[in-house]
Amino acid sequence: MALTRIPERPNRHDLLALLLTLGLLALFLEASRETVGPFHPNPISLDPLKLPEYTLRTAFRMGVAFLLSTLFTLVYAPLAAKTRLEPFLISLLDILQSVPILGFLAATAGAFAALFPGRALGYELAAIFAVFTSQAWNMAFSFYQSLKTLPRELDEAATLFRLSPWQRFFRLELPFALPGLVWNAMMSMSGGWFFVVASEAIAVGKTQVQLPGIGSYLATAIAQGDGRAVLLASLSMLAAILAYDQLLFRPLVAWSQRFKYEERPGTEPTRSWVLDLLRRTHTLRGIAEAAFSWALEALFQLERRRPPRRLILPQWVLVLPLLLLGGIGAFILWRQLQPLGWLEVARVFLLGFFTFLRVMGVLLLATAIWVPAGILLGLRPRVAQRVEALLQLLAAFPVNLLYPLLALFLLRHHFSLEVFSAFLMALGTQWYILFNAVAGSMALPEDLKEAARSFGLKGLTLWRRLLLPGTFPHILTGLITASGGTWNAAIVAEVVQWGSLTLQATGLGSYIARWTLEEGQGPHLLLGIAVMSLYVVAINRFVWRRLYRLAEEKFRF
Amino acid sequence: MLLSAKDIVKAFRAGERAYPVLFGVNLTLREGEVVALLGRSGGGKSTLLRILAGLILPDAGEVRFKGKRVEGPVEGMAMVFQTFALFPWLTVLDNVALGLEARGIPKRERLERAREAIALIGLRGFEEAFPKELSGGMRQRVGFARALVVEPEVLLLDEAFSALDPLTAEGLRGDFLDLWLSGRISTKAVLMVTHNIEEAVALADRALILEGSPARIGREIRIPLPHPRDPSNPQFRALVDQIYEALTPREEVERRLEEELLRLPDARVGALMSLAEAIARLGGRADLPLLAEEEGLEVDDLFPLLEALELLGFARVEKGDVELTPAGVAWAEASLEERKVMFAEHLLRRIPLFARLHRALLERRRVPEGWVLNRLKEHLPEPEAKRVLSVLLEWGRYAGLLAYHEGSRMLHLPHPSR
Repeated sequence: MALTRIPERPNRHDLLALLLTLGLLALFLEASRETVGPFHPNPISLDPLKLPEYTLRTAFRMGVAFLLSTLFTLVYAPLAAKTRLEPFLISLLDILQSVPILGFLAATAGAFAALFPGRALGYELAAIFAVFTSQAWNMAFSFYQSLKTLPRELDEAATLFRLSPWQRFFRLELPFALPGLVWNAMMSMSGGWFFVVASEAIAVGKTQVQLPGIGSYLATAIAQGDGRAVLLASLSMLAAILAYDQLLFRPLVAWSQRFKYEERPGTEPTRSWVLDLLRRTHTLRGIAEAAFSWALEALFQLERRRPPRRLILPQWVLVLPLLLLGGIGAFILWRQLQPLGWLEVARVFLLGFFTFLRVMGVLLLATAIWVPAGILLGLRPRVAQRVEALLQLLAAFPVNLLYPLLALFLLRHHFSLEVFSAFLMALGTQWYILFNAVAGSMALPEDLKEAARSFGLKGLTLWRRLLLPGTFPHILTGLITASGGTWNAAIVAEVVQWGSLTLQATGLGSYIARWTLEEGQGPHLLLGIAVMSLYVVAINRFVWRRLYRLAEEKFRF
Repeated sequence: MLLSAKDIVKAFRAGERAYPVLFGVNLTLREGEVVALLGRSGGGKSTLLRILAGLILPDAGEVRFKGKRVEGPVEGMAMVFQTFALFPWLTVLDNVALGLEARGIPKRERLERAREAIALIGLRGFEEAFPKELSGGMRQRVGFARALVVEPEVLLLDEAFSALDPLTAEGLRGDFLDLWLSGRISTKAVLMVTHNIEEAVALADRALILEGSPARIGREIRIPLPHPRDPSNPQFRALVDQIYEALTPREEVERRLEEELLRLPDARVGALMSLAEAIARLGGRADLPLLAEEEGLEVDDLFPLLEALELLGFARVEKGDVELTPAGVAWAEASLEERKVMFAEHLLRRIPLFARLHRALLERRRVPEGWVLNRLKEHLPEPEAKRVLSVLLEWGRYAGLLAYHEGSRMLHLPHPSR
């Protein structure tokens, strides 16, 4: 019935859009073909002609991980927001977010490989899982937040008009959450490149697994000292990031703007040529809209005919298995860690302290540099908007690709990794501080800036009285994001290899990295990861969350 | 009898304590009438409306709609919200059709009916627009269309006109009244919550006054005027005055005196001064509706100010009029410095709570904010205690009787130099 509304005459935009869609689909299929095939551990070839294929494979892994993260978010967040499991699910998410993913790579790779013996799928899944874990928690949190902060009047209107659960989801909850979710997805995706690259070349015990992809290509290029290949790989990486940005996220962000509940005046809307193209198409748009509306209608009809039964379980049905699971987990943890002895535990905590010093030190340094720079940039919105796109690209670029080169540099100039590993750790994460400083400075109310100007506030007073306090909440958000990433980066940054030479810094990161490589040393690895998670959780609770409350209370407009 | 509420009790819980909002509220809504529900802000009007709509459940008592007990939102009642509550991502047409979609009405039919409702309320041509493209008045028209399209027998208006500028509000009110009087809509009764007395007199057949804390229905005032009603008509004016009088905080003030004036009204010193000046300008005595208009204040803003003036002994409110006391006249005409001194005197003399705080300060020199807050919390719910504290701070700082240090959250005596 609704299909009759489709205009019959396609226009040239239709043709273009169709080509684009089909092209992307073909690429996707091409990339997925080998994934499920048997695993031939071909050595990575440095032939530039192979590079497009490798890039495609890496991009494909990212895409699958992104889809899985989205699915996870759409299921987990409503469960957390609407069931009695809420406090448990939220704490779980908070912990999961704090676990250093890179420490697990080898373990998960082994596990997934065992699931699909002799196939590439196991290793592929491990890589995808690594990216998934870097995205899913963030996105789920964002969706949960939105579900919990629905505008009261819309919530009431939906209740009063007696929207069914699915109608509520599609008419109220999902649309309201979309802008935040899309923005978060884009940010998570840019963090994901780091992990996909790190997980393409994994050592599981003594086996070195190299999945075809940019990460392994670059690793090989660096191992062979091929400068041209390094450059080419970096360029293809940038191209892949750019393609995702232009073809997926920019259109999504531009599209999700119509779901913004409150609009901030003065901010220019994001534009996307892909979205403009799709909007100008005739037939495609018609089909898409009709299909969507038909599907919704069908879903609502189905729901009416078979109203969902409310599932009410007694509390113990939920709690008992969780308690049991937790108990078993704790027992296994104790069994594994017990032989190590208290001394080892204390040592690992001390190592953690060294890493803690590095993380905090370099974050402070980055704050001291990027906050003023970001605020100044944000005061010139025109420039800032242009620079922001470039910054996003920079932030997405997986710097761990370049660690070996930097290691060579350190070696040449006799810099100690003990200190300089901190800089490696923050290479990728410093941008979050800059980003948020720019955003905060752009969000400063215009009238305050004018007032400051009319009172002739200048220099130190201006910074102390307006610019720093006004941007504080944003800067804090940046610091929190950067801190999480920096801890994770410690695992790859405290041990750096160039050829046969290995540089190592004393710290928890190198401890975890070292035990990842040794077979049968699960307990040490477990201890390292547990201690790092503890550090991250403790810092979250005792530093960031308190500062955040302060920011909420005192520095909001 | 279409809708009735019997012995409604509602308290809000914060932590372990419960703060009663409504106690023993009874009301009925009969076919063919428009009833206005008036009361002080924060006095439980909105809560009562939401209980009637089935959005909130009462702690005790029951609501019946056409004889059936209301235990959640029911078909046959619809609401128009103060803040419109439109879905910004849906077009006007989809917004209006939302209630029909929830009832599972097929797409073609619901769009048809939504278009009719949109035309009825005067929005034809805006079907495909998004709410943010519309002005406030037009948005609220969408709100009305969305409520009317589900053909409710009872229409609930939650301050439906108060977010609009006066002219727009009047236009929409008139259009709605025409629809109601013409009988072209299915609605059989309207219950409106408002704080605008003129609006109540212009639309309603009866006005119910919520009073006290916890609130109950205090008085019922019939408005037997024929439509169209003329606001300048003496009978209209008399009714407005009558409602003003019913809302006047006489009883409230006496009760507060007993409670050692714990619940200080929310009144900024600046607003107090300009109000006192305005009354002085009008000859020291003013008609409340006139004063409200003169000062551009809503009733909700006016009453706390009047109460404060009364508490301080600067004015007296009687029968819908306010009169400055001799002290009040002197205060209104004094210079800025003198005003401070007089204010301080009256504060110490008339407000025991403040006098006690001042004594404590004289004895100890410094008093933590938390100490004062805890004292207040023994008698008041937390948000109310915080509010009273902020009033205390503002009045005390203005009077030069205390100073407050933000960092340590300490109250102390101001430096002697000042």
